[in-house]
Amino acid sequence: MDERTLLCENYGMSSQTTNHLRTLIDAREICKNYGQTTALYNLSFRLKQGEILGLLGPNGAGKTTAIDIILGLLTPTSGEVRVLGKVPSRHRHSIASRINFCSGDSDLPANLKVCENLRIFARLYGVKHVEKKISALLKTFEIDHLGNRVAGALSSGEKTRLNLAKSLINDPVLLILDEPTSSLDPDMADKVRKIIKDVQVEKEMGILYTSHNMAEVEHLCDRAMFIHKGKKIVEGTPEEIRRHCSTSSLEEAFIKMVRTP
Amino acid sequence: MTDSLRRISTMFLRYLYLHKRSLPRTLELVFWPVTELLVWGFLTIYVQTMVEDSVSQLVVFLINAMIFWDILYRSQQGVTISIMEEIWHQNLMNLLVSPLRLWEWLMATFLYGMLKSLVITLILTVIAILLYHFNMVTSLGFALIPLAANLLLFGWALGVFTSAILLRWGYAAEALIWGIPFLVQPLSAIYYPLSVLPNWIQPISRCLPSTYVFEGMRAVLNKGIVPYAHYFAAFALNAVFFLVGAVFFNWLFKSALSSGRLVRLGMD
Repeated sequence: MDERTLLCENYGMSSQTTNHLRTLIDAREICKNYGQTTALYNLSFRLKQGEILGLLGPNGAGKTTAIDIILGLLTPTSGEVRVLGKVPSRHRHSIASRINFCSGDSDLPANLKVCENLRIFARLYGVKHVEKKISALLKTFEIDHLGNRVAGALSSGEKTRLNLAKSLINDPVLLILDEPTSSLDPDMADKVRKIIKDVQVEKEMGILYTSHNMAEVEHLCDRAMFIHKGKKIVEGTPEEIRRHCSTSSLEEAFIKMVRTP
Repeated sequence: MTDSLRRISTMFLRYLYLHKRSLPRTLELVFWPVTELLVWGFLTIYVQTMVEDSVSQLVVFLINAMIFWDILYRSQQGVTISIMEEIWHQNLMNLLVSPLRLWEWLMATFLYGMLKSLVITLILTVIAILLYHFNMVTSLGFALIPLAANLLLFGWALGVFTSAILLRWGYAAEALIWGIPFLVQPLSAIYYPLSVLPNWIQPISRCLPSTYVFEGMRAVLNKGIVPYAHYFAAFALNAVFFLVGAVFFNWLFKSALSSGRLVRLGMD
């Protein structure tokens, strides 16, 4: 067992505090190879209800690959991931209505109005009281004045808020957020973090959260997991990771881990 | 001048890069000229064989064939463009992660394709009546329904094939998927009878439901007979095309899930 594997086990202890809650994601030794390239190697982790887990790592670390596997958009080469107790690539439909996601890599149709976009997704997710739900979400993300504007005419910050509103349209039990605040100004990013935290607490939602903003991760995430070159390096609370790396901030810990050969 | 040449050659290289990485883009280069040459070449052969009296009948065939061709084309495009639209707008992941099942999505695109076909057919029929005094409804009578239904079905089946190609190759296949109906065009004996085609092409044409529709159309217009055999052959072949299309779609979708191409669509 190498030093890094040992550290993962040591820093996995914080998850025991949430053992009574339902496991939303259970990833066991997932590997993903693209030909000779290994994108993920033996990645194992759990995410429980009511918990925010930060998925951290430099560009190309394997975060997006892990998310795509969890969403059922990519099949792992080996290992197994269970989302809400089911294998997503085989039971996508049965879990889809209870999860949602928001990513910078996806967008909503630019030629539809804000309200039309949300209405489409509300109907796909079988939301009851569609108009009431849309109205509440638009208000929450402070885009209620943009309901009749086409999505293509929104600023990048407004688009991000629309995507976030879509990600909450079905009150998911599991939410996957891939750098949701990267295009927001500091004021709006702060508001969005508060909204995410409030909704998460209120609905006891589990959130898998990726971000390159380490201060944000420290503020928002109950636990964080750092992956590099497809392998998990460390997992624990932000404080545990800081302590492990002997640094005063998560950002310093991030840099230290990436630069350690 | 040297700088200009460098910039010109750089941009030239930029466009060549696309072909280096994409077979569909390269195939598209030869696709359109070849299909056009085939369609108009066979039509010319047909006209040369006609006796003088039947030339006026040719006009009726051509107008009807053109309207029928549009039913097939619009129904295929209704499916393909709807899926292309989601790739253009980077909305594919949102849909694939939602509870929408693939067959439900395809059904919605079928309905959209049918609506497009219906609207276009109505418009073209009215224009043909007003400008050319040709009424497709009275000329074909009840035969219009099974013939048009078969074209609609074949358009959907082709749409399933082209959608699978889209989900596998994304933007790279865009130019080619626009043209796939035109690959079927010269083989379907749309503007000329099947007998005009060379002997070695005829067995291929007989494998297409559209061939029986256009042969059936000419049988009604020319001889006034009800082409039951053509209806059944077209329906049976459509069933085969749907079955093979579903298997092809499923295979390419699973392959895209495994290779990660599905989440990288729009980047090729």
